Formats: sequence, C-alpha cells, structure tokens
Amino acid sequence: MNFVVPDFYPAAAEIFVAIMALVTMLATTFLKRIGRSLAYVLAQATLIGAAFITIYTMDGHVTLTFSNMFIADLMGDLLKLLIYFAVAIGLLYGRAYLADRNMDRPEYFLLALLMTLGMMVMVTSNHMLTLYMGLEMMSLSLYAMVAFDRESARSTEAAMKYFVLGALASGLLLYGMSMIYGATGSLEFSGIAQAIYHQAANKTVLLFGLVFIMAGLAFKLGVVPFHMWVPDVYQGAPTAVTLMIAAAPKLAAFAISMRLLVFGLFELAEQWQSMLMFLAVASIVLGNLAAIAQTNIKRMLAYSGIAHIGFMLLGLLSGVVDGDRHFALNAYSSAMFYAVSYVLMTLAAFGMVILLSRAGFEAENIEDFRGLNQRSPWFAAMMMIVMFSMAGIPFFIGFFAKFSVLQAVVAAGYIWLAIVAVLMSVIGAFYYLRVVKVMYFDEPIDSAPIHAPADVRVMLSANGLAVAVLGLLPQGLMSLCAYALIASL
Amino acid sequence: MEFKTFVFYVFAAIMVFAALRVITARNPVHAALFLVLAFFSAGGIWMLLEAEFLAITLVLVYVGAVMVLFLFVIMMLDINVDRMRQGFWSYLPVGALIAILLVVEMVLVLGGRYFALDAMPEPPPAQAGYSNTREIGRLLYTDYVYPFELASLVLLIAMVAAVTLTLRKRKGLKSIDPEIQLSVKREDRVRLVNMPAEKE
Repeated sequence: MNFVVPDFYPAAAEIFVAIMALVTMLATTFLKRIGRSLAYVLAQATLIGAAFITIYTMDGHVTLTFSNMFIADLMGDLLKLLIYFAVAIGLLYGRAYLADRNMDRPEYFLLALLMTLGMMVMVTSNHMLTLYMGLEMMSLSLYAMVAFDRESARSTEAAMKYFVLGALASGLLLYGMSMIYGATGSLEFSGIAQAIYHQAANKTVLLFGLVFIMAGLAFKLGVVPFHMWVPDVYQGAPTAVTLMIAAAPKLAAFAISMRLLVFGLFELAEQWQSMLMFLAVASIVLGNLAAIAQTNIKRMLAYSGIAHIGFMLLGLLSGVVDGDRHFALNAYSSAMFYAVSYVLMTLAAFGMVILLSRAGFEAENIEDFRGLNQRSPWFAAMMMIVMFSMAGIPFFIGFFAKFSVLQAVVAAGYIWLAIVAVLMSVIGAFYYLRVVKVMYFDEPIDSAPIHAPADVRVMLSANGLAVAVLGLLPQGLMSLCAYALIASL
Repeated sequence: MEFKTFVFYVFAAIMVFAALRVITARNPVHAALFLVLAFFSAGGIWMLLEAEFLAITLVLVYVGAVMVLFLFVIMMLDINVDRMRQGFWSYLPVGALIAILLVVEMVLVLGGRYFALDAMPEPPPAQAGYSNTREIGRLLYTDYVYPFELASLVLLIAMVAAVTLTLRKRKGLKSIDPEIQLSVKREDRVRLVNMPAEKE
C-alpha cells in the first residue's frame, strides 16, 4: 500500500470551479431574493477566476496527476481558456433572453458551471474513466438545460430526443472502451498506446472497439450519419441554450477526439482516418445541402454546424499518410484552429438570433432578419461579417480556417477530398448569402427597434469584429494552436 | 461435477427463468418482482466469483432501494395492461431481428478465439483473510479518488436537474416563506400613531 497523495496543483482550476459551483448552489438557496443576479455574477466570476488560475498554473510541460488520470498540457490549457470564454459569452448573451422568459433561475447558471466543469474534465482526461465522467457531466447538464422551458412542449421533446440518443451514444462509447480495455488491459491513454505499439493487443478486438468508439464520438460531435438529433435539438431548445450547445461543447468534443484517437489509438490511425473520411465527406455534403432547404435559422445553423464539424474532421484525418507522420502536427493544429474559429462564429450567429428575439417573440426564421439593415445597420453588418466568414469568403477567419484545413488535406494527398470540400462550401455559400440578401435587400416586416442590454451590444460587436480582425491577422491564433500542440504531443 | 459448478447452474437457471418471466409476466408488479429474483440470483453468482462486496451491494441497493421504488412507481401508475400489449405483433419483426443480431454477436464474441475460456484463464483464488471490501475501498479512495469525486458531482447534477425540472410552486398556498418571515422588521407590522390626548 504505497499511496502518494496526488498533486492537486495542476487541477487547481477544476477544483476551483467545483467548489464555486457548490458555493453558488448554497448561496442562491439562502439568498433567494437576489438569487438570480447573484447566480449570474457568481458564474461569471467563477469563469474569470478559473481563467486566471489556468493561466497561472500553465507551464509548457506535460504533467500527470491523480494516478495518471489527469493530464495538464498546453493544448488542454488553451482549450480550457477558450471554453471559459465561450461559456461566459453564452451566459452574457442569453441572460436577458432567459429573464424575458422567466428562465433565469439560479439553477440555470449552476448547471452551466457544472457543464463547464464537465468539459474541463474531458479536456484534461488521460483515462477512459475520467473522459467518460466528464462527458456525462457535460451531457447531463445540457439535457436539463434544453428542457429548462418547462411550459414548452417542443423543448421537452428536444430534450427527450437529446437524452435518449445521448444515452445511446454513451452506451456505444462505453462498449467500445470496454473492448479496448479487454484488448490492451489499460484504460489510460498512454498505456493503451504502448500496448498497441508492442503489439500486445489483439488487432481484431481493437478494431471492434474502435468502431464503437468512433460511433459514440460521431454521435457526440453530431456528424452524419449520427446527426439526427442536431437540428431538432438546436431548434427545440431555447435559443440561449442552443448557443451553449453549439459553442463550447464543440471544443470539448475536439479535445476528446484528440485524446482518444491521437493520444490513445494513434497506432490505429490508418483505420480511424478512413472512418473519419466517410464521416467528414457525408457531413459536409449532407450538412450543406440540407441547410439550403431550411427556413428556420436555428435549423439552418444546425446543418451548417454539421458541415463545419465535417470540415474540422478533415483536419484530423489527414495526419498520417502511409505511416508517415510528418504532417500530423500541421493537420491537428489546423483542425484545432478550425474548431476555435467555428466556435467564435457560432457564438456571434446565435448571439444575433438572441438579439432579435424579445419577450414573447422568437426570431427563429430567416424571414425575421428581413430588412435588418434598416432597423440597425451596425448589427446587420455584424451578421454579414459572420455569414461571410462561415461561408468561407476571404478575408474573414472562416476563410483561413477552411484554407488551413484544405492545405493539410492536400498535403496528405487527398486531392479529391479537397475538391469535394471546396465544391460543397461553394454550394453552402448560397444559404449564408441568402441571409445577407434578406437583411439588405428585403423590406422589414417588423420594424420594432432592437433593444438589448449594453453589455450584450458591446460584446456582440466585439465578437463580430473579432471574426473580421482575426481574419486579417490569423497568424497569431494559428501559431498559438500549433505551439500548443507541439508542447502537448 | 464440483459443488461450486452445481450451485452456479442452479443460480444461472433461476436467473434465466426469472429474466424470461420479467418480459412475459402479464402483471407489471409480477414482472418487477421477478426482476428482484433475477438480481438476487445474479448476486449469488457474483458471490461465487469471490466478489462478496459487489454481491451484497447489488442486493442492498438494487433490490432494497431501486426496485422498491420501482414497485411504488408501478403501483402508482395506472397501467392498462391491454393497451401495453397493443402493437405486439407489429413490433415483433423488428424486435426479433434485433434479438437475433444480439445473440449472433454474443456467440461470435464469446465463442470466438479472443474471448473464449482458454483466452481468459481463471484468476488464482484469493488467500483466506483477503478482504474484497477493503481492497475496493482502498482503491476507490486512493487511485480512483478523482473519478470517484467526479461521480459524486454527476449525481449532484442529476439531483439539481431533477429538482429544477419537476419542482413546481403550487399557487394559492398560504404558507409563508421563512426568509421573508425572518426578515420582518417592527416597522412592517406595527405603526405608531401620534395622537393628541382627547378628553372624554
């Protein structure tokens, strides 16, 4: 029995968020009258505090703790910082929306904090068990948040769908994990990698497990053919919650894909790359084509999200070519850059949908954006920037994200894949541009002035401008992603 | 046949029978009770595998708590047995297909080379005085303390979610919020009025 007390220092941010979630819960229970604003303030303070702690404890080394179940590395730290940012922005945009619908109960902010904690655990997991725990923490909180509007039958239905399919996906993932464990005798990613490297594991069983793991991951990422829940949940959930689902969890999903596939099953890269290739092509094609037919902007953004995740997978699948790992770093950092820029764009896009909604009115349809230019030229311009960027028009951040991913794909020699991706994004440009056309060239139906709290206006403008400015100067963020991966891999 | 093997087959037979009755029993309460029997037999099999702690936990937690709660729910709900049976034949093909697939997969996995009995040798029996409970406890609170704590947070999330999704304040109740009650000041209740003295 030689047990050493684990080093808590690398996990300081996780511990801080967990404690603050409990503090929030108790404080809002005892101070009911100011509970709502208190919960909001505490949640934002927690996210800011966690960001400071993460920056403070960040060093370029890879540190393992808690019996090697927890890994602290630069990739994880960077993703955690971005997750705090995305959640904080999501709370800020959504607060007025929730207050108008009497949904800004303290539990919402509490669940958002616990969801953040779940994502942090996912990002820092070095063990199947912690990865799964983090995933469940995040998913459970999200299911509850989707159903938060108890009066709405549509939200409840969306939550039910999300819950049942999410549970199924978790089951698939667990089954795959148990197979991998059976084959390698290890749940720790480095242990798995070593067992496969020394050919101690049976290949058939490994591949059997890999298939299930890929299916589970694909469900959580929401890629074709495991995408059925995405449009319904995006549409059915209250817009503030849709924003939460669409943004930060994508970063966490990127992180667990990296941890599982690259850190754990890198020796099987040839196999999972071909699976990813199918998922990516199907998502890009179906996402872009189905988005054209949508009239509901939340559904449209859901399909566009499917296509974007497909693009991100393109980066992940071009790491290893014929056993040559030269391109791996470039490919993975392009995927990470894509995930980051997608989150930035999606925050702004759903932020705009929230901005146009008000008490008793949901700006859900593309029609609701008609004539936005006459109602508010500034925010019409912001939306235009975001749509252009999502379509991949130069020189916005979305262009560089697509460009770097395609560069990786071409370097890996998959020319046809790059051609399909480009063709499909040209088709996809249609529905993004339609929103711009509706905003600028159609007469407004609804001429109510836009009123939103000052903090939302400022943040949304900053968000839109960031999409434009980072498009002009993408080098910094790109090299940050590359640097984080060099230090972690 | 060794006595242990005989006991295993007894437990296994009871479990298979109980599991079959769970899905064939007409009365849902009977089905739940058969599930209890199945759990009990599973506990017996775990006991044979020298997993005493898990066996007892299974009986205590699943039989003692979960299933009792389940029975309560079944008895509270007014389930119409006939309506439940509607659509049995239309679901049968899909259900049968999935069942056959599962059986085939199980046979492939268990009968295949990789998970057959010779690929999984029997672990050496533990020495006398070896405490299963103690070993599980030691592992849970040392090596696995991080996922253990995370699991507690997952349970907390489940509680918060369940409460926030189902708790409704009933309207028209006359009870007073203790917080408001406690924060009452004298000025809220008593008003001192200055009046000039009057003669009768």
